[in-house]
Amino acid sequence: MAAPAEWRTEVTTTGGRSSRPPALLAVPALIAAAVAVLPLVYLVVRSFDSGVGEFVAVLWRERTLRLTVRSVGLAAVVTFACLVLGVFLAWLTTRTTLPGRRAWAVVAALPLAIPSYVAAYAWVAAFPRIPPFWGSVLVLTLCCYPYVMLPVAGTLHRTDPALEEVARSLGRNQLATFLTVTLRQVRPAAAVGGLLVALYVLSDFGAVAILRFDVFTRVIYTSYRSSFDGTAAAALGLVLVVITMTVVWAESRSRGRAAQSRIGSGAPRARRPVVLGPGGVALGLLGAAIVAALALGFPLGSLGYWLAQGRSADLDPGALAGAAVSTISVSALGAVLTTALAIPVGIMAARYRSRRVRALEQASYAGHALPGIVVGLSLVFFGVRFAYPIYQRTPLLVLAYAVLFLPAAIGAVRASVAQSPPVLEEVARSLGRSPARVLRDVTLPLAGPGVAAGAALVFLTCMKELPATLMLRPTGLETLATELWAETEVGAYAAAAPYASLLVLLAAVPTFLLGPRRRSGTLDSSEGGS
Amino acid sequence: MRSPRLPGAMTMAVFVLAAAACSGNAAGDEPEEDAVDESKLVVYSGRQESLVQPVVDDFAAETGIEVSVRYGNTAQLAAQIIEEGDRTKADVYFSQDGGALGALTKEGMLAALPADVLDLVDPRYRADDGTWIGTSARARVIVYDPDQLTEAEVPDSVFELTEPQWKGKVGISPSNASFEAFVTAMRVLYGEDKAREWLEGMAANDVQLFDNNVLILNAAEDGVIALGLINHYYWYEQVAEEGLEAVPARLKFLPGGDPGSLVNVAGVGVLAASDRQDEAASFVEYLLSEDAQTYFAQDTKEYPLIEGIPTAEGLPPLASLQTPEIDLSDLDTLEATLEMIEEAGLT
Repeated sequence: MAAPAEWRTEVTTTGGRSSRPPALLAVPALIAAAVAVLPLVYLVVRSFDSGVGEFVAVLWRERTLRLTVRSVGLAAVVTFACLVLGVFLAWLTTRTTLPGRRAWAVVAALPLAIPSYVAAYAWVAAFPRIPPFWGSVLVLTLCCYPYVMLPVAGTLHRTDPALEEVARSLGRNQLATFLTVTLRQVRPAAAVGGLLVALYVLSDFGAVAILRFDVFTRVIYTSYRSSFDGTAAAALGLVLVVITMTVVWAESRSRGRAAQSRIGSGAPRARRPVVLGPGGVALGLLGAAIVAALALGFPLGSLGYWLAQGRSADLDPGALAGAAVSTISVSALGAVLTTALAIPVGIMAARYRSRRVRALEQASYAGHALPGIVVGLSLVFFGVRFAYPIYQRTPLLVLAYAVLFLPAAIGAVRASVAQSPPVLEEVARSLGRSPARVLRDVTLPLAGPGVAAGAALVFLTCMKELPATLMLRPTGLETLATELWAETEVGAYAAAAPYASLLVLLAAVPTFLLGPRRRSGTLDSSEGGS
Repeated sequence: MRSPRLPGAMTMAVFVLAAAACSGNAAGDEPEEDAVDESKLVVYSGRQESLVQPVVDDFAAETGIEVSVRYGNTAQLAAQIIEEGDRTKADVYFSQDGGALGALTKEGMLAALPADVLDLVDPRYRADDGTWIGTSARARVIVYDPDQLTEAEVPDSVFELTEPQWKGKVGISPSNASFEAFVTAMRVLYGEDKAREWLEGMAANDVQLFDNNVLILNAAEDGVIALGLINHYYWYEQVAEEGLEAVPARLKFLPGGDPGSLVNVAGVGVLAASDRQDEAASFVEYLLSEDAQTYFAQDTKEYPLIEGIPTAEGLPPLASLQTPEIDLSDLDTLEATLEMIEEAGLT
């Protein structure tokens, strides 16, 4: 009990410093935040287009309240389920002797590449009587748990085992150590993941619509369809922004002030994995296999089945290859820009915990729970007025990705920077390095894996993004997601299957690159030595 | 000793290289992929690529006018055009339904079409002010599960569906544009009270709600519902794809001018802001040519809208349908319909 408490008090003295962030960070961070609040500006402009009266009338409808409650309820249940599943799988694939751990880690991250509406359709097609609420919980959990698993696995890789070893040496058993030490260490990463899950669920429309669970986003879509102008939809969008900011605020409270970095001298010792007995191995394999089968195997199997059944599939390899190339290019650009914008915000959020920095960080989440159509229209609004030369060209599309996915990257940067000790930067400064060089030589390299994981996450989500891509892509540019949509929209699931499969295949590449390959070397040698 | 900078830096390098390589490819080799080519006629299409592109290619081959098509969702494209305003890149808007075209007309964004183009189609299937025109038609029908019902047992009017014997057995898709147009028609034909009464009766009768027509069709095939309200072509397309024996559900076209047999259209309009009015009009005209109409009829199993084009095999002729007497331009009060559907609790 004493060890973690002492460890934490000691670090807060170094971690809790409150000096002013240098302009080198503050200026780019402000730019990033400005990009992120674009949709918010648009919503405010549009909401009051027809006066305050209508705005209030839309908000005070009984249905608005009812659907808000349903949305929040669904988000809460899915987030909880993802936290449990994500932390469990992260632990299983990083900390145990589960056979084929590395492969399982990649497989467990892949459901991120499956668009939730495709998964939803697969479940409804196979089980027409699936109950709307629990069906939505099932599908969204299976699509979203990697948001939790990835950052938690990253943290489990990097944390020094010393603390857990101390707990074990003081007589705690494995379970108690896990609950009291390990879980605390992963709490910030899990909270970031949980936040992303909650915001994803709030913004999702396709999956819940197919599963017939009526939520808040439907009101937004319906009002676009009824009046084709954004006033009512924008007012409702603002409600989502308020809910989002509440969730973000709650997450930031839960993060607390505990510092995550390791102190003390020397390199962290190699970790000894939890040795699973035969029963444990069987249970672990069974658990991982069930999740993989439900989250990955089932939707892919359904696509394969449709491919075999239907006669609509006359595949054009050229279109497939073209869609793959443009998907990779716009998604990679999206990942680079998003990560570049996220780095200053993430570093500031990890190192300078002032009120202003918090506000800046939270502002970057503003648009994250908005459905893609709202973000898309807001960029149409700004693009047509202020950036007409790049309207419906790649740069504006890439900017839209940054607006949509900035929070995912910021979370990753912040979590990984928070884990490297600030004292190293202070030492470098005291040795005469400039802030820019400290950033380049100390902060970024230490945070490298986490930042790259964030970039990969953004890359994956860009690949399957649909509504904003449809509105902002250059005319004629098709991504795998737009092709998949075009086929599924007309019910040609057989023709959609190759696009969906390729999407998953491409997603496997960054997932594999970021997989736990390097550390497993040390893991294995320590196993041999013990 | 761990050196965490390697995989991170490597991955970032991979991203940057991939982005550079691919964007160079997209921007350099195929400039038409990277931008709206201002030298081409730009069509925003809410109808799917697999259907539209062959017609566009034929049009380009025949007239030498190059066309660039932007595919998307009908309602979202309409919202996008309204957001773009006078600076819209679209010359032509090809819509899945008349409602979205009516919305653009209301915003004053569509130009009147030439009279000779308008004359190609029955006035029922185009805008009164000539700003848009139907290109193909679809009929509302009842799809039913023959294991549960015979055709004779399927009611002849949607008004019977509020009776207790149909409790929990009927499927509708209240968020579907075609269903909404049908409710609007009911309001126009029978008055607000009767339409509201029907919707509330359906809600009280535990009507099953679905997100779209395909899901209703599937539910009728699986026996989850006894019958549902859909558009005719979903069934014909599935039969064409899988064969009649693989599709257990059957259709009934309602007699006697019931609102449940409403015929609605997909249509097209030319943007007023376009500086290619002539080319745009000739594209509209081409969609109403014999070739294009035959293609629509055979490919989507919809009804052609010009004289003398045969309908798809097995489809009763448009003239034989006992559809309600209604002008599609009168179906422009979607908001009131949505409000009524919402108040009835059908969402």
